[in-house]
Amino acid sequence: MSPPPSGSPQGEAETHEFDAGPNRRAENLILLALGGASLAAVCFAVLFVALPDTQLLGIALGGSFALLGLAAVLAGKKVVPQEIAVEERTDFGDEQVQEEVAEIVSGGGAGVSRRKLLIGAAGATGATVGASALVPAAALGPAVGEIVAQTPWSRGRRVVDSQDRPVTAEDVTVGTFITGFPEGASRRELGSSIVLVKIPPNELEIPARLRAVAPEGVLAFSKICPHAGCAIGIYRHPLFEPTSERPALVCPCHYSTFDVRRGGTLEFGPAGRDLPQLPLMLNAERELVASGEFLEQIGPSYRGIRQ
Amino acid sequence: MIRRAVGFFDDRIGVAPGARKLLRYVFPDHWSFLLGEIALNSFLVLVGTGIFLTFYYSPSDAQTVYNGAYEPLRGLSMTEAYWSTLNLSLDVPAGLLMRQTHHWAANLMIVAITVHLLRILLTGAFRRPREINYVVGVTLLALTVLEGFAGYSLPDDLLSGMGLVIAYGVAMSIPLLGGDLSFLIWGGEFPGSAEFFPRLYIVHVLLVPVAIAGLIGAHLAMIARQHHTQFRGRIATERNVVGYPLWPGYALKSGGLLLVTAAVLFLLGGLVQINPIWQWGPYEPYLSTNGAQPDWYLGWLLGGLRLMPALEVQLGSWTLVPNPFWGGLAFPTLVFLTMYAWPWIDRRWLGDNRRHELLDLPRDNPRRTAIVMSYFSWVLVVFVAGSIDRLYFRSTIPYEAQIWFLRIAVFVVPVLTYFAAKRLCEELRDRERHPLRGWNGKVVRRTPAGGFETLELDEGVPAVDGGNGRPGAPSEEQEAGAGTGGR
Repeated sequence: MSPPPSGSPQGEAETHEFDAGPNRRAENLILLALGGASLAAVCFAVLFVALPDTQLLGIALGGSFALLGLAAVLAGKKVVPQEIAVEERTDFGDEQVQEEVAEIVSGGGAGVSRRKLLIGAAGATGATVGASALVPAAALGPAVGEIVAQTPWSRGRRVVDSQDRPVTAEDVTVGTFITGFPEGASRRELGSSIVLVKIPPNELEIPARLRAVAPEGVLAFSKICPHAGCAIGIYRHPLFEPTSERPALVCPCHYSTFDVRRGGTLEFGPAGRDLPQLPLMLNAERELVASGEFLEQIGPSYRGIRQ
Repeated sequence: MIRRAVGFFDDRIGVAPGARKLLRYVFPDHWSFLLGEIALNSFLVLVGTGIFLTFYYSPSDAQTVYNGAYEPLRGLSMTEAYWSTLNLSLDVPAGLLMRQTHHWAANLMIVAITVHLLRILLTGAFRRPREINYVVGVTLLALTVLEGFAGYSLPDDLLSGMGLVIAYGVAMSIPLLGGDLSFLIWGGEFPGSAEFFPRLYIVHVLLVPVAIAGLIGAHLAMIARQHHTQFRGRIATERNVVGYPLWPGYALKSGGLLLVTAAVLFLLGGLVQINPIWQWGPYEPYLSTNGAQPDWYLGWLLGGLRLMPALEVQLGSWTLVPNPFWGGLAFPTLVFLTMYAWPWIDRRWLGDNRRHELLDLPRDNPRRTAIVMSYFSWVLVVFVAGSIDRLYFRSTIPYEAQIWFLRIAVFVVPVLTYFAAKRLCEELRDRERHPLRGWNGKVVRRTPAGGFETLELDEGVPAVDGGNGRPGAPSEEQEAGAGTGGR
C-alpha cells in the first residue's frame, strides 16, 4: 500500500488507487464461497421441511451467512479496486448565517403588540393541554389505596398446601419448610403465600405475644420478601449446632436473610423490614388456621408501608 | 442499465448528486470503528428474528394447559404467554433457532454498544463537535438495556417472573410516587391485571424498537454530516478525513461484516443453548429458584440491589425511601447522568473546548484514561456483586464475606484503578512516544568499524503541523527510524 500524495485541492476528494488488477485466485475463492452459501441455504430449506433440528438448521443458516460474508469481504479486499481517499472537512458555524437565522425567527414576531402576553398564554395553554392528557393516563391502573394492605388472610382461614390439603401441626417438621396458601383464595396474589417452619418452642427468642400465635413452635411468614417482592425460596437450617449459623429464611434474589428464631428479624441483606408474620392457631382437627391478619404489611416497601 | 436506472430516479426525484456524495463518502479505517457497526448489525438480526417470533407469541396471562412436545410439563396449567413461547421453541420448525438467535443478538448488541462507548470515552471522540451524537449514543445504550429486559420478561417463565417482580419492587420504591406509578404500569398489584402483558409486549415490539431505530438513524445521519473521527496519521489532520470511499471496497467489507455477524449469531443460536425456559417452568408469585441470573447487562443493577445495606428512610410512620431505590434506581441514574454529562465534565477538567477531529490514543491523555477506567471499574465491582452467589457455590467463600469485601472494594478499586491506569498510560506514552507527535528518542547506526553513531534527524526536515497546534515535527525519516508505523 503506497500512501496517496498530500495537498489535495479544496473541497474535492482526492483518491489514490493501489493494488488494482485481476486476482484470479480470490475470484475463484469467491465463486466457491458463493456456491457453498447457496448449497447451505438449500440445505436449510430442505432441513426445515424434512428434519427441523435446531443444531442442523443453525449450522446451515449460519454457514450460509458465513460463506456469503466471506465472499463479500474477499471481494471488498482483494477483487475490487482499492483506493484511499482524502477529503477536506466542511466547516460548520458560519456566524453570519447564524445571525440571519436568529433574525428571521425573531422577525416573525416583529410588530406584534403584546408579544410577551401571547407567548405566555400559548405556553400556559400547552401546559394545560399536556396536564389534561395525564388524566386518561391515570386510568391505566387503580390507585394504591388499601389494595396492598389487603390480603386473603383473616381469623379462621385454614392453611392449605400446594395440593389444597389442609396442613396440620404434624406436617411441619423441624428443619424443613412448607409453602402454604389461604384455603379457597387465589394463589397469585402477593398476600396469599406463606412459609411454615417449626422451631422447638424452647428455642424461640420472641416475646410471649408472638409465641402465642406460633402454636407448638410452628411459625408462618409471608413468602414475599419485603425487599423487592421475590418469593422466599431458601431455608438455611443448621446441621452442626452450635457452631453453624442460625436457622434463617433467605430470599434467593438479593439474599435478605431473616432469623427464624427471632420471629423473622433481618439478619443480613438489603431488606429494610423484617419478614411479616402471620398469626396461627390450631383447630379441633389440629389443622393450622390463621388467627388474624398479617402482623405487618406484606410485599415490597413503598410510601404507604406502615411500620 | 445502471445508467438508465440512475436516470429514471434522478429525472424524477434528483438522486444523483446525493448518490455521488454517498458513494464517495470516506470512512477512516480502524478495527475499533467497527464496534458500532456490530451493534447495528445485531439490531438488524434482532428485527428479523423478532418478526418471526411475533407470529407465534401470545401476550396473554389467560391460563391454559400444556400438551405439547415437552413431556415433563404436560398437564401443567400455565399462562398463554409461557405456553406460546414453549410452543414456538419446541414445536415450531426453526422456532428455537430464531428465539435463541434473538437472545444471543440482544446480548451481543449490548456488548458491542458498551465496548463502543468505552472506545469513544478513551479516545475522546465525544469532544466538540460530537457532544450531541454522544448523548444520542448513551440514550441508545439505556434503551437497549430496557428493551432487553422487556424481551426476556415476555416468556413468563420462572426467570422472567423473578425479574418482573424485582422491577415491580424497584418501581414501588420510588419515593412518594412509586406505589401509584407501578399500579399504573401493572394495572394493579403485582402480578398485574390482564392488560400488563399486552402492554409489555407493545413496549418491546413497537415503542422501544421504533425509538431505537429512530435514534440509530439520527446517530448515523450526524456521523455522515460531521464525518468520522480518525487517528492521527501522516496525512490525517484536523482538517481532512482519510480513508476508504464507500464504493466499492468499503460497502462490500461492511456488508460482509453484517453477514459474518449474522452468521456468528445464527451459529450461536443453533449450537449454544441460551435461556432454556422449559427447564425453569411457569412463574407464580410464590415460586423462586436459587442462583438465578439475569442477562449479563442487568448484572450491575442486580449487584446494586445486593450490595446496598439495609437502609430505608422513614418519616414518622411513612417509608420515604424504600431500600430497592438505592441500588435499583439511584445508582443507575447516577451512572447514566454522569455518562450524559461526560463531554462537559471532560471539558471542564481538562480545560479543552477546541474542536477535535483527531482521536487521542488512550495513553496520550493519561488523566482522561485514568478517570474513565476508574469510573468503569466502579460499575464493574457492582456488576461482580450481581453474580457472587454463583461464586459462592464454586468457591465456598461465604456470601456475606464476599458482600462485605465488595462493599469496601466499591470505594477502593476505583481509586487504585485511577492511579494504576494513569501510571500505565504515562509509562506507555514516555516509552514509545509516537513518532508523529514529537518523538524524542534517538536513532543509532552501526558504523563499519563496529561502533555506533547517532543519526541527526531533526536537521533540515521541514516541520508539518499536525493541524491542532501541537508542537510535533513529523517526518518520514523519523518514522522509518522509530520503526513504528503511523496511521
